Amino acid sequence: MSAFDFLLQGLATASDPMLLFYALIGVTLGTAVGVLPGIGPALTVALLLPVTYRLDPAGSLIMFAGIYYGGMYGGSTTSILLNTPGESASIITALEGNKMARKGRGGPALATAAIGSFVAGLIATLLLAFLAPHVVKLALVFGPREYFALMVLAFVTVSSAFGDSTLRGLTSLFLGFGLACVGIDQLTGQARMSFGVPDLLDGIEVTTLAVAMFAVGEALAIAALGNTGEDKVHAVKGSVWMNRSDWSRSWKPWLRGTFIGFPIGAMPAGGAEIGTFLSYATEKKLTKHPEEFGHGAIEGVAGPEAANNASAAGTLVPLLTLGLPTTATAAIMLAGFQQFGLQPGPLLFATNPELVWGLIASLLIANAMLLVLNLPMIGLWVKLLTIPKPWLYAGILLFATLGTIGANPSTFELGMLLVFGLVGYGMRVFGYPIAPIVVGLILSPMAEQQLRRALSISQGDWTVLLTSPIAAVMLGIAALALIVPLVMRMRGRGAVLSQLAGDED
Amino acid sequence: MKKLMLATILAGAVALPAMAADYTIIAPANPGGGWDQTARTMQAVLQDEGISSSVQVQNVPGAGGTIGLAQFASQNEGNANALIVGGYVMVGAILTNNAPVGLDAVTPIARLTGEYEAIVVPAASPIQTIEELVEALKADPGAVSWAGGSAGGTDHIAVGLLAKAAGVDPTKINYIAYSGGGEALAAILGSQVTAGISSLGEFVAQIDSGTLRLLAVSSEERIEGVDAPTLKEVGLDVVLQNWRMVAAAPGLSDEQKAAVSADIEAMVKSASWQEQLATKGWADTYLAGAEFDAQLAADITATETVLKDIGLVK
Repeated sequence: MSAFDFLLQGLATASDPMLLFYALIGVTLGTAVGVLPGIGPALTVALLLPVTYRLDPAGSLIMFAGIYYGGMYGGSTTSILLNTPGESASIITALEGNKMARKGRGGPALATAAIGSFVAGLIATLLLAFLAPHVVKLALVFGPREYFALMVLAFVTVSSAFGDSTLRGLTSLFLGFGLACVGIDQLTGQARMSFGVPDLLDGIEVTTLAVAMFAVGEALAIAALGNTGEDKVHAVKGSVWMNRSDWSRSWKPWLRGTFIGFPIGAMPAGGAEIGTFLSYATEKKLTKHPEEFGHGAIEGVAGPEAANNASAAGTLVPLLTLGLPTTATAAIMLAGFQQFGLQPGPLLFATNPELVWGLIASLLIANAMLLVLNLPMIGLWVKLLTIPKPWLYAGILLFATLGTIGANPSTFELGMLLVFGLVGYGMRVFGYPIAPIVVGLILSPMAEQQLRRALSISQGDWTVLLTSPIAAVMLGIAALALIVPLVMRMRGRGAVLSQLAGDED
Repeated sequence: MKKLMLATILAGAVALPAMAADYTIIAPANPGGGWDQTARTMQAVLQDEGISSSVQVQNVPGAGGTIGLAQFASQNEGNANALIVGGYVMVGAILTNNAPVGLDAVTPIARLTGEYEAIVVPAASPIQTIEELVEALKADPGAVSWAGGSAGGTDHIAVGLLAKAAGVDPTKINYIAYSGGGEALAAILGSQVTAGISSLGEFVAQIDSGTLRLLAVSSEERIEGVDAPTLKEVGLDVVLQNWRMVAAAPGLSDEQKAAVSADIEAMVKSASWQEQLATKGWADTYLAGAEFDAQLAADITATETVLKDIGLVK
């Protein structure tokens, strides 16, 4: 049987009413945990694992798939409406999405996120089905030096998310670097900057920082403004649905986001966040409406949301072809496979094709179900913004606290949430952007580890960073991205660039 | 809808602690890892076999399990319903982190499962046997890079012991720590490093499919169905097992300790436990009572020595 026959057979299996019901439970649960900051799909799948002992493999895998895709999607809703990213991959979505929501364009923002997630999920799942063995070969070529070059590229491109002032953006980024140093150094096992506090040994949790910065900081800022707050939130202005211009501005970012997110998700050390950073930067470079970025550009929602869902499918490439779990959720899905006596890995496609294709088919079904579930809900979701501010922000605070406790029941974690919330408030008051601090916390440990691994393997020879063609090309692009704007600015070309220069502190 | 969802989540959050649990098992790690899986397997078996009517698993991740251990020891004095899962990695983590709370602060009950370490190279590697790898290590320790789990963990300790046994200065080994099995495996498969070391189970699928070559295992005797020599056979006196254990709260009376031990023994002897071990590929290394206490003490001493040799513990 060819791959296509297997897929059709898988779809037929997965369209059994009982299995559809499992898929429904999965996507609903997944969306709910994606919405709740701190609690991710990994914990949910782990909690469900004992339950699924009683289900057949098809039923439980379908449910896992639904949770996984639902979780990836659910985070965007709170990011857009409440400026509270449910998980780290939807931090970038909050940048433009929340600005759109404040202007009464929450409906189109949610719609482009939902449809973008669907499109990306669909294409990426098909890529997973037909290209997995080839993609994985490419992913294995990536060693420490190539990852380091990718991180450098991400650093340079993500600087476009720094807001108006480069200096303030860099200050915020370096604060993030500093926070990233806290905890046990992975390569030597020694504690750094933990000041003898055992709770700090594991470093600072990205979601805790993100929720504190975005949600708690914002709630404090709103409270400090009192009723005089001039930035009035419009619940709905114009259509809840996407208009013609929204569509024409969204479809290309969806596709670009998919093709950025999928390969990076497939890399064993890629992760979902980097794809969203790169997609955001790409859209900002290519947009015809650069003036809208930072004030609610729909491209800035469409691209990263597509990238984040595509990377979810990408993660399954090494899982299914090599048996490599590269995220916590994938690790638990691996445990799920094992409980049915299946060993994912190079032989799985050959030994259990029905199951693999059943899983891929259920991903397609979960993906479609998410769209069906979520599009009609958009009208309801945006009504959230009509809740009077004091109630809304009190609710957000409760929500943020609950999520943090749910993920890690410790008073220390709560204390961190509050302290970082105060820092976030201070940064808002003094006009420092908050995204770079979170980006710094995510990227810098990866960059540091990969650089040190590369140098350790080469026994201290720095030239290895340039002897790999892939790494050299990426570093070259990063250098160009850094130098070209400087040169152009010096020559006084480009209205946007000179305006950027004017904003420099 | 939002309110409904919030209410559901709230209800869920409130309902969890309200369930009367015979046992609460702390998994001092994130969901998905070995300790978490051990705790959840225990949960399923204890309930299925009717040993306990309700078992709850709680994840308290962090710092090689030492955060969960410290929290467990301080909150459960004399509580016979509280259990914690741990293992060999915790022994190393307590020493490298200089953790304030050690395994002497809890009541170890039994060793449950264990996995031996496996040394592999990618299929394309010119190295064919463990002897060749050891020769390369002797010639230039820095030129042999090893990919494995976290620094100071079982894999790192195994490389340190191997170097020592081969007469190589353990501080010279070039060990590249990765956060999880998956990432290390990718580095080995991609030939980014010379060799890889991890629990045998992590590599089985790749060895079977021929993408990795198994050079040696760290067991006492050859493992059934595994076509590779032990380190002992090739003259390296290294036997190492990454074991997992269960411990109870501090300050238990002898009767309480006996009751917990009896429950755990009943669990280990049950058919569904054995079935779970088989599907997960875990070896049954059940050891309890005074024998386990002695083994634990010996492991702690040996680990402290090797961590000092590698230079991770001063």
